[in-house]
Amino acid sequence: MIPSAFDYVAPSTVEEAVEALASGGEDVKVMAGGQSLIPVLRLRLAAPSLVVDLSNLEELSGVHDDGDSLLIGAMTTHYEVQRDHLIREHAALIAEATETVADPQVRHRGTFGGSIAHADPAGDLLAPVLALDATMIIQGPNGRREVPAAEFFVDYFTTALAPDELLIEVRVPKRTGWGAHYEKFNRVAQAWSIVAVAAAVNVSGGQIVEARVGLTNMGPTPVRAHAVEQALVGQPATAEVINAAAAHAAEGTSPSSDGNADQEYREHLARVLTGRALNAAVVA
Amino acid sequence: MTSTIEPELGKARRRKEDARLITGNTKWTDNIHLTGMLHMAVLRSPMAHARITGIDVTHAAAMPGVLMVLTGADLAEEQGSLPCAWPITEDMVAPPAPAIAVDSVNFAGEAVAIVIADSDYAAHDALEAIDVEYEELPVVLDMEEALKEGADLVHPDLGTNKNATWIFDSAEAGTGSDVEQAISEAEVVVERTFRQQRLIPAFMEPRSVVVDPSAGMFTMWSATQVPHILRWMLAAVLGEPEHKIRVIAPDVGGGFGGKLQVTPEEVLCFLVARRMGKPVKWTETRTESMLSGHHGRDQIQKLTLSARRDGTVTGLKVELLADMGAYLRLVTPGVPILGAFMFNAIYKFPSYRFVCTNVFTNKVPTDAYRGAGRPEATFAIERMMDELAVELDRDPMELRRQNWIAHDEFPFTTVAGLTYDTGNYEAATDRAMELFGYDALRREQAERRDRKDPVQLGIGISTFTEMCGLAPSRVLGALRYAAGGWEHAALRMLPTGKVQLITGTSPHGQGHVTAWSQIVADRLGVAFEDVDVLHSDTQISFKGMDSYGSRSLAVGGTAIVMAADKVLAKARTLAAHMMEAGEEDVEFNAGQFSVRGTGTSTSLGDVVLAAHVAHDLPDGMEPGMDADATFDPENFSFPHGTHLCATEVDTETGAVKIRSYVCVDDVGKVVNPLIVEGQVHGGLAQGIAQALFEEAVHDESGTLMTATLADYLLPSAVDLPNFTTDRTETPADTNPLGVKGVGEAGTIASTPAVVNAVIDAVRHLGVHDIEMPCTPMRVWKAVHKGQTEGVPTGPGAGGGLGSIDSQGGAQ
Repeated sequence: MIPSAFDYVAPSTVEEAVEALASGGEDVKVMAGGQSLIPVLRLRLAAPSLVVDLSNLEELSGVHDDGDSLLIGAMTTHYEVQRDHLIREHAALIAEATETVADPQVRHRGTFGGSIAHADPAGDLLAPVLALDATMIIQGPNGRREVPAAEFFVDYFTTALAPDELLIEVRVPKRTGWGAHYEKFNRVAQAWSIVAVAAAVNVSGGQIVEARVGLTNMGPTPVRAHAVEQALVGQPATAEVINAAAAHAAEGTSPSSDGNADQEYREHLARVLTGRALNAAVVA
Repeated sequence: MTSTIEPELGKARRRKEDARLITGNTKWTDNIHLTGMLHMAVLRSPMAHARITGIDVTHAAAMPGVLMVLTGADLAEEQGSLPCAWPITEDMVAPPAPAIAVDSVNFAGEAVAIVIADSDYAAHDALEAIDVEYEELPVVLDMEEALKEGADLVHPDLGTNKNATWIFDSAEAGTGSDVEQAISEAEVVVERTFRQQRLIPAFMEPRSVVVDPSAGMFTMWSATQVPHILRWMLAAVLGEPEHKIRVIAPDVGGGFGGKLQVTPEEVLCFLVARRMGKPVKWTETRTESMLSGHHGRDQIQKLTLSARRDGTVTGLKVELLADMGAYLRLVTPGVPILGAFMFNAIYKFPSYRFVCTNVFTNKVPTDAYRGAGRPEATFAIERMMDELAVELDRDPMELRRQNWIAHDEFPFTTVAGLTYDTGNYEAATDRAMELFGYDALRREQAERRDRKDPVQLGIGISTFTEMCGLAPSRVLGALRYAAGGWEHAALRMLPTGKVQLITGTSPHGQGHVTAWSQIVADRLGVAFEDVDVLHSDTQISFKGMDSYGSRSLAVGGTAIVMAADKVLAKARTLAAHMMEAGEEDVEFNAGQFSVRGTGTSTSLGDVVLAAHVAHDLPDGMEPGMDADATFDPENFSFPHGTHLCATEVDTETGAVKIRSYVCVDDVGKVVNPLIVEGQVHGGLAQGIAQALFEEAVHDESGTLMTATLADYLLPSAVDLPNFTTDRTETPADTNPLGVKGVGEAGTIASTPAVVNAVIDAVRHLGVHDIEMPCTPMRVWKAVHKGQTEGVPTGPGAGGGLGSIDSQGGAQ
């Protein structure tokens, strides 16, 4: 488990980090918490010439109240996210999903932004940020730009980030008082999701005002279950309504087939788990 | 020397080993650094079957830090063939087994070149610079296909993919009647085929080897279970004199049979050290371990069971295909044969036939893995008893009870020719049923079925026995095994009253140092703390057969008792001499010799000192109080137990949750209940893992798809239930300690209990079998599609490191 040789820098500001990326060419890798990159390096599945370690960028760590939304620093660890009271109050779905990530050791090292930028379709934070319409704040050599989650995830392990750009922050609109649940299905506790469903529901007077549903590992990118959401709006928050809506969960998805689940089974799981996630969310 | 008051045997002592193992203040092979030590890295074939048409090492050899790059061609003359110590039949066919491939590769992961460098980093970097040209050959993966006429051959020179066929027939052996007749006359016949998936031992410490050729001999440190066997085999394979080889197994982090081996890398390190005259180290990565260390199980089991309508079993026929992989390793062909005597299990079958056909494929060789042969047998018979119960509409426990050997029928000679010395299946079962709440769970099951609950409850039973204490040497000889099955112990009685025990067993996580200290303390009346145990170094422990097959206590422990009794016999003579009494009047109790009916006494310590200084010994007595003993068992030992599992099966997703697990094991007398408990827990985890989680999966090209622990799923504590364990204690009468062995019991018993429970939960939905591991997709397909086999399992896209593309993926 010895990686190929690589150069290493650990810049102390975002500007320095961006400069390092620009100088590193195509062959540069960003390391946040290292929970995905280090195994890949050790297995020699990647052989970058330069690794830019962000662990000194304390400015990218932490959660801030920004009026209608929360700003979550890219280097905030999963452990910090799951314990953060702002997130619990205004973006409970993210806290719920983060609790299911891998194991305690990984959650202490792994970061919110690192997971999102890695864009593993089985990663647990992609569907929640998509469902919540989060915005990715990106810094590159020409300054900052913002990309909505719906445009950020492009393909397997591929995002809108250019090689010389860094995800520095995620803006999450507050969904205060919404019910939320992340329903994860896997074979052992620390494994990736076979399928998971992120659901957030705004219920008022027994009626569903708005519902947001994101699916994990139902395609090369996280998927919004729009048909489910539409079927719920304005309906009573009952199990019957939810289960009928959940039947639409696999619409518009393109899940892969593998040894854990073939396409048919994944589509079935998406429907079952969407029902469970929503039923849990409305009582949450 | 202090005397102990509380009995040592049966005391739940914490392990002496734990503090240093937990803090890491100890010696693993990979911690060893010798002056001038070189590092070896191994290039492995990505192809499962190919001719090597060229290897270019020039770039690699020129890289910084690289001293030498060697290929199979360079080592062909001196590497010999890796040993197989168990040629199961006279006409068995087998290819030479090179440590490094010379002309062709026969499994993906086989060594094709080695780099020797001054650092591990340099050695690994150079691997990428070696250019190997392969000419692909047809890949043989499926055992049934491999046996067909005109099949592609793993080893064309052999002319067949069949290694051997091994048969036991009770009519021919005179141990029972003819099974074909029983089947043809039967009122009920149940036929089933089960698949034992391929498993990977997955010990915690990856394998590591250091060879030091200095000081006129070869010293090998290796993470092995079998230092004694390894030394013998190295001498045999490499032509190096045995007395010039010393093998040391320092602390070894688990083995489960996976380190019961003479590995290619041990041989290669030896060859490199010999060639270069410098110490060499090799330590594998986890993926390397999974690609090249031997695997376990991998059988197709066809069973035919005949019975009368009243439930009495009349015959059992077992037809196995066993996957050897590409080569025979140390005991590869014998592993399925260890199961031959166990399919009849605890039941009184009057007729029995076992036929095993061993098959070569282009996969990693199989060999011993926790239970070796016996888990396969236990799984098959316990599944079959459930199937028979369904066929006859009987309660599965009642049916077992009707057919098992009653406690008053022991000793009982089985249809497979073994004599079970003792056992009490009724007692263990009654206790387990009580702890489990069997009747209440059956009621809940019926209720859930009635209301069509999406979560269905299943109850699984496994009333198992196993043969442990390998093994009577004459039996091994009759089975054509190359070695004996005895064990050795020596006691060094030091002049200050401390005791060093030298054992031929080779612990690798079991806690022998603690348990053996307890035996010595108990027998000699010395303090537990005053005993140390020396082991696993052929220079110190000069005689031994190592640890595997739940043998260490039943065989090695008995040798300790015999050696201690020799010490006491001699000490008694000297004590009588010292106290001027007749030997017949001398009593020994708690470390003290005393003269019956008088106040005169002397301690064992004083007697040992007197023997050591030898100033005044009886005529003809040699100085010193040391003794040694070798024990060759007359019979195996036969632990048994009743395991009960309740599973909740989510019929909507196929997910299986173990709701409760109860086991009552009878492992005979217990030296240390804490260690026994730990062995049971670990064994259960491993057996449950076979039922639900683990499988080595190959793609159609023979590439192992589950070569990381992200893809090969080992359960952790959160994936397992709380276990309810208890014991009954029926002493074995074949050894003085009355012990049986516990290292494999949990693994052997638990797999069928879990699978039976899964099937039981969904049987009313038309399911009669689900292949292991019972993954959620398999369970769901069985319930909803009627599909019970051929459902793939393995790594998932985006669900494992295997999904990450070669560019590393991120961003």
